[in-house]
Amino acid sequence: MTTTAPVPTPSVWKVGVVASVHTETPTARSIMIDVPGWGGNLAGQHLDLRLSAPDGYQAVRSYSVASAGPGERLELAVDRLPDGEVSPYLVDDLQVGDELEIRGPLGGWFVWRPEQTGPVQLIGGGSGIVPLMAMARAHAASGSTARFKLLYSVRSPHDVFFAEELASLASEHFEVTWVYTRSTPTAWPTPAGRLTPAVLEAATIPASENPAVFVCGPTGFVESVADWLVALGHPAASVKTERFGGK
Amino acid sequence: MGIISRGFAGRSREHNPELPPGQYLTEDFPVLSAGPTPRISTDEWEFTITTENGTVHRWSWADLMALPIEDVATDIHCVTRWSKLGTSWRGVSLDTLFAGVDTSYGYTMAHSYGGYTTNVPLADLLGGKAWIAFEFDGQPLDPEHGGPARLLVPHLYFWKSAKWVRGIQMHKSDDAGFWEQNGYNTYGDPWLEQRYS
Repeated sequence: MTTTAPVPTPSVWKVGVVASVHTETPTARSIMIDVPGWGGNLAGQHLDLRLSAPDGYQAVRSYSVASAGPGERLELAVDRLPDGEVSPYLVDDLQVGDELEIRGPLGGWFVWRPEQTGPVQLIGGGSGIVPLMAMARAHAASGSTARFKLLYSVRSPHDVFFAEELASLASEHFEVTWVYTRSTPTAWPTPAGRLTPAVLEAATIPASENPAVFVCGPTGFVESVADWLVALGHPAASVKTERFGGK
Repeated sequence: MGIISRGFAGRSREHNPELPPGQYLTEDFPVLSAGPTPRISTDEWEFTITTENGTVHRWSWADLMALPIEDVATDIHCVTRWSKLGTSWRGVSLDTLFAGVDTSYGYTMAHSYGGYTTNVPLADLLGGKAWIAFEFDGQPLDPEHGGPARLLVPHLYFWKSAKWVRGIQMHKSDDAGFWEQNGYNTYGDPWLEQRYS
C-alpha cells in the first residue's frame, strides 16, 4: 500500500450558503454551496457538515464532495436515510439561502489528481457515485486523456444520480457501463440483476493494464466487488475503497 | 456555538455521558477500510513484535491461543462519529505479549496484512489498555472487521485498532502511520475530538 503526501486538513468551520438545489432521485438531491475561503478540493475528498439547532444541539456528518477543483462553490449529493437525523433535513428541508457550517476538505487517500496519467476504473453502487463523479468531472475539466471507465450499479433508472451529465461526459476517454439491479430502462438489452463477477470482468479495465480502481458504495457491494477485483488479478494496493453502512 | 440551521431540530437530544463529544450511537457495526479485505487463515497468521536491535518476538495462532485470554467489555469510537457502547471482545492483552520484550523506545507502529499501518505510543498499549482481539460478540472476528485478529485500543479512535494486525515495530519517535499521513491526528483521543491533523 502506498501513501500520499500529507494533505492539510483545516480544522476551522466555515459558513456556507446554499446557492441551489436539484432533485437527483426521489430520495436524493444535489446541493450547490458557496463557501467563502473554501479554496477548492481534490476529486474524491469529503467534508464535515455541521447543523445547529436553536438550543445549541449540533449534529455533524461527513459527506463526499461531488465537485472538484479550485473555487469557493462546491456540490454535495445526499441520499435520504429513512431513519437518518441529518440527511432528511438536507434532502427535504434545506432551502436556497440557508447557511451551513463546513469543514474541510478532508482525506488524501481516495482521490484522483489530473496529473495521474494511468487508466482509472471507477465502480459505484447507489449514492457511492458521488466521489466518483468528482473524479469524472476533474478528468473532463482537466482535458485529461487518461483512460477512464465507470461501472455504475443502481436499482433502477429512477435512482441514477447525475444522469444527463454522465451522458454528456461520455467520450473516447470516458466510458460508462450501467448495471440495473431491480428494473431497467425500456428496451434495455439485459434483464435487471445484481452485478456478477462475469459482468464486472467484461465491463472493467483488465488487471493487465494496471488501472487505479476506486470502489464506493454500500458495504456489501464494496466487499464483493473488491474481492472479485483481487480474484481477477488486480493488486490489492491498486484498489481503493470507500464504504458506507454496516454489516 | 455555530450558526443556527433554519428548521433543524435534531433528534439525539438526550445527553449520554458515555458518548465522547461529536459522537452518535449506533447499534450497527459499520465497516471502514481503505481497500479490499485481506483474507488471512489462522494457519498462515503470525504476529511479531520487533525491537530496535532487530529482535523479533513471534507468535503463531496456536501460540496466541495458548496465552491467557481476556474478556473485554468496552465502548468503541470511530472518527467518522459512530460509537458502539458495551461491545464484547476476547483477546490477549498487549501486556502479556510485551512481558518478555526488552525495548527502550517509546513508540510503536502497528502493521497489518494488506499494508495498513498506524502509530500508537507504547504507553497506550500497556497497562490493560490494548489487546490482540480475535472474537467479537462471542463469534470469531469477521474478516471485514479485521479477523482473524485485530488490535483493540478502545480509548483511542478506532482507526488505531488496526485490522488484520500482523506485527508491531518499535519506533524511537512518533512517526505517522497510514491515516495519520492522510490528514488524521497523530494521537486520536476521542474525548478531546482529536480527529484531524
